[in-house]
Amino acid sequence: MSQPAAPSATLRARSEAEAARLPPLLARAQHLAGSVLLGQHGRRRAGQGDDFWQYRPVQEGDQRRQIDWRRSARSDAEFVREREWQIAQTLMIWVDGAASMRFSSDRNLPEKADRAQLLALATAILLDKGGERVGLTGHALPPRRGAAQIARLASMLAGAEAGADYGAPDARGLAPQGHALFVSDCLGDIEPVRRALTGAADRGVRGVLMQVLDPVEEAFPYRGRAIFDSVGGTLSHETLKADDLRDRYLTRLAERKDALRGLCAAVGWQYHCHHTDAPAQAALLWLYGALGGGAGR
Amino acid sequence: MNLAAIGFTAPWLLVALVLLPVLWVLLRAVPPAPIRRRFPGVALLLGLRDEDSAADRTPWWLLLLRMLALAAVIVAMAGPVLNPRGADEVRSTGKLLVLMDASWASARDWEAERDLLDGLLAEAGRDGRPVALMRLSDPQPPEFQAADAWRSRLAGLEPSAWAPRAEMMRRAADLLDGQAFDTLWLSDGLARDGRGALLEALETAGAVRVHQTGQPLLALAPPASVDGALELSAQRLAAGPARDITVLAHGRDPAGTPRVLATLPLRFAQGERHATGALNLPGELRARLSRFEIAGQGHAGAVALTDDSLRRREVALIAGREDREGLELLSPLHFLERALEPNAALMGGALMEVLPARPDVIVLADVATLSEGETAALLEWTDAGGMLLRFAGPRLAASDISRGREDPLMPVRLRAGGRSVGGAMSWGAPKVLAPFAEDSPFVGLAIPDDVTVSAQVMAQPDPTLASRVIAQLGDGTPLVTRKRIGQGQVVLFHVTANAEWSSLPLSGLFVQMLERLAISSGAAAPVAEDMAGTTWQALQVLDGFGTLRDAGTLPGVAGEALLTAPLGPDLRPGIYEGEDRRIARSVLGAEDTLAAAQWPEGTDIQGLERTAETPLAGWILAAALLLLGGDVIASLALSGRLMPLRAAALLAGLLMLPDPSVAQERAPELLADEVTLAHVLTGEKALDDLAHAGLRGLGETLFYRTTVEPSPPRGVDLEADELAFFPLLYWPVTPAQPIPSDAAYAKLNAYLRSGGLILFDTRDADIAGFSASSENGARLQRLAAPLDIPPLEPVPSDHVLTRAFYLLQDFPGRYAGRPVWVEAAPEGARQAPGMPFRDLNDGVTPVVIGGNDWVAAWAVDEVGAPLRPVGRGYAGERQREMALRFGVNLVMHVLTGNYKSDQVHVPALLDRLGQ
Repeated sequence: MSQPAAPSATLRARSEAEAARLPPLLARAQHLAGSVLLGQHGRRRAGQGDDFWQYRPVQEGDQRRQIDWRRSARSDAEFVREREWQIAQTLMIWVDGAASMRFSSDRNLPEKADRAQLLALATAILLDKGGERVGLTGHALPPRRGAAQIARLASMLAGAEAGADYGAPDARGLAPQGHALFVSDCLGDIEPVRRALTGAADRGVRGVLMQVLDPVEEAFPYRGRAIFDSVGGTLSHETLKADDLRDRYLTRLAERKDALRGLCAAVGWQYHCHHTDAPAQAALLWLYGALGGGAGR
Repeated sequence: MNLAAIGFTAPWLLVALVLLPVLWVLLRAVPPAPIRRRFPGVALLLGLRDEDSAADRTPWWLLLLRMLALAAVIVAMAGPVLNPRGADEVRSTGKLLVLMDASWASARDWEAERDLLDGLLAEAGRDGRPVALMRLSDPQPPEFQAADAWRSRLAGLEPSAWAPRAEMMRRAADLLDGQAFDTLWLSDGLARDGRGALLEALETAGAVRVHQTGQPLLALAPPASVDGALELSAQRLAAGPARDITVLAHGRDPAGTPRVLATLPLRFAQGERHATGALNLPGELRARLSRFEIAGQGHAGAVALTDDSLRRREVALIAGREDREGLELLSPLHFLERALEPNAALMGGALMEVLPARPDVIVLADVATLSEGETAALLEWTDAGGMLLRFAGPRLAASDISRGREDPLMPVRLRAGGRSVGGAMSWGAPKVLAPFAEDSPFVGLAIPDDVTVSAQVMAQPDPTLASRVIAQLGDGTPLVTRKRIGQGQVVLFHVTANAEWSSLPLSGLFVQMLERLAISSGAAAPVAEDMAGTTWQALQVLDGFGTLRDAGTLPGVAGEALLTAPLGPDLRPGIYEGEDRRIARSVLGAEDTLAAAQWPEGTDIQGLERTAETPLAGWILAAALLLLGGDVIASLALSGRLMPLRAAALLAGLLMLPDPSVAQERAPELLADEVTLAHVLTGEKALDDLAHAGLRGLGETLFYRTTVEPSPPRGVDLEADELAFFPLLYWPVTPAQPIPSDAAYAKLNAYLRSGGLILFDTRDADIAGFSASSENGARLQRLAAPLDIPPLEPVPSDHVLTRAFYLLQDFPGRYAGRPVWVEAAPEGARQAPGMPFRDLNDGVTPVVIGGNDWVAAWAVDEVGAPLRPVGRGYAGERQREMALRFGVNLVMHVLTGNYKSDQVHVPALLDRLGQ
């Protein structure tokens, strides 16, 4: 006879559990982010911002109050002090929390979801350090800056519950002209992905689609009679000779990757496939380059 | 049911084998069970069809494996038995008597007999028959018991060393009279009296089956001494093809260890039953023989024991005079040699060389004086049973030995000079011998008329004289006297051993007398008359397997029975000891011959081999289990659940051996190639590392500045390492280091004496002046106390250390200004006028003792940077440089000795050359 726990107690226990999980993820993400050397990504042009850019002679149309009197006093001409144009970009993140991500083929390998969260959070930390705003799609977490936002991000990423067997990108709440990062295994139906990406492209959002796969999913090293169950248990497939399926499975996987790559190219996104047995840092570097490039240009 | 040699106890179970084809079809129809796997990529798999739906059925070989396993189980259940007992063997439930000859002839096949008996008893036990066991060599009233009771006693059954005698068989027949039983007779296959009667008696009682071995039996007769060689003869039971055998002569080596002293190959010719060979052994070896044995037989009949009759007495002949060349007949030993040669082993040589060989007799022919040592050794030898035979002669007569006082090695006192009778200048005629007295060992010897004595040494009349005379001349003067010393004796012939003083050595009487004195004899065979009335005690007896055992408390045996009576429990083969000799009784007498047993027509005779029933069910079940195990592995492999890679990795991990630790010690020969500086390991890691770094720094300095190019320094464990390769030993003193063992100090002292140098460093700036009031100083005193160190003095200003390479006046290390002590200059070393230095003699000081902590100043790290600070600023660096210069000077001093000292002569030499 089980007594349902008091809601407050459940909440507290859960939050403690979450809190216990949070620091490692955050710490690892910080650690990972620390390995990437940050550079200023100013726009290299005059504009609104804090940093000094250049003095230029006053031109027609400049307001008087724009004149830098201190500089002008040292010469005959009058000068205007220009600042470098700095704008804060918005990065919206979606990390697939579906059951299929909760899979790892080996005890020594992280789950796909774990790797995906780590990469997403580290990217968020990096961008936050660069002055960008980071949030989660689907109105879950509006884009903001600061350590508190990172902590909220970490907590929401770590606390995501496994829902359906395969996830569909949540393209709601994307800031127009902003950036987006989708991390998923993309093994489910491709239609939602296509809809999300084309929808995002319609709103001028550019971004990165990172596919995270377990090595087993690339290799399909199975033999003999087997029943394959999806992690959520909704799908299953029985075969008498698994080794016979291998080539056809790999062909399908390659087709899926090609489709994703083509989709991304069509909407101006970037696509990358990451395996959980590869180091996270390489993926993070690529991510940062891809996002920074996108944001910086 | 009986398939050749395999029978089944439940043959109808084999019907189940027809089920196998049905099972084949069933198994074929059912594919192996699937494995469930979690796999996110299943979404991509949906819709993929198997191309070959039949491909994953159970493969035929796996089916065959399972069929075989099942068939094996069915067959095993049917109870297969190898060599089942046929229906021809009568199963009886009556009493069973097992009769064993249990003689020496059964000993060789005793194991086989016992195995056979074990099998027979097991069968009898299954049939529930009461069994009695009787040994014919020692018949006891039969007790019929359960067979298992007998089986547990089988291990204790042993064959006797004798054969059953006729009366034993009669007794057995009497004991068995009037009972009904079947008989199993384990016979040894030798013919003997009384067996027929016993067999008849047994056949009236019930069925008789005889088991006897078919192996040829070999036996060895006692050795005989023929022409100085040992004649050995072997015989076999049945003539057959030619056969080679080896006879081993067992005995004790000089250390007393039993071993084979010689071997003699013998050959039975085709169709011959006897083989004879002669073995020629030196007397020395002959004396140590204990038995002969035919190799590989292992029964008492193949063993022939030896006794005193084989021994040749060893006689040492020692003459007082050098042999005069060409006058052989006058040699004092000539007649002795002739008399003793046929029967005794002779040796010659100096007395002290002969004694360690422990001869039986030592003959001293006209040897008068013996040294103290010789006397003592001779006395000890005589006391232990040696016989000393002395002959008189001119020397003995002329000496004062045994004059006033009886010499321990002379039987009587002698009067000076001796006497001469019947010569040209005397009145009397040469004397003849008186008849031997009753108590004399020579009694009964005929005295030839022509034995005359013309000169003799005379015994002093003494109370003991009469009892010591064993032969005398006609006028009552002693000719031979004897005295017992311990277990031995001294016999003196009052005449010479050659024909100078008497004609005795020329006569046959001389030889007989020597024989009677047991000098050349000891080899005569015992005669029954001599043995009458004597009792002999068994020393060692043979068991049935031919092993000599201690006789224990067996009763004595009458002498006449010992020689002739047949062997039995009361007269076992073995070695018997009488008053003064030993007699061996072997299993086989010299005249005994072996004969094969003759059984009447119709007797059931079988060999000892008997194939036992072997139930095979267990083996077949085990095979089925193995097959099923193989099936498990094969099934796993087929369904992909066996992970060969992982298993192989695990196996490889288990098999992988740890790397053998790389030997880092350099071999001594490498050390000897190069100059190696060494430091004593103190057990403190930090200090040892510092010392190592210091010597490395010094070595590098030497390398750059001088022609000394040392190899990397080495830590030295005083207990374990060889020191001889190191010219210099740096010994940092710590309060905690252990005192080396005595062996290590011995090594250190040898090292110091051979030119090594130890640099003791208390590393405390010598604050206490090496007194015991500092910890390091106290330790230094204790460490150095057992060392062989000469007197010391502070380094004088003209010491060679001050100019061996650099000119130095002080020897700083990390500390400066404290004196350093070296070997003191010899007293009286003077400074020659005009010379800057004293003319000190050479040598390297064995120790240098200081407290300046040199290694700290020398120490450098891997790249050559100093490890420890020295002083302050430039002055400190200067001090470090001086410390290094001291090190250079020290190594130069060690390597070149006083070379620089010699330089002081250069001005004088140049001066001379100039002129």
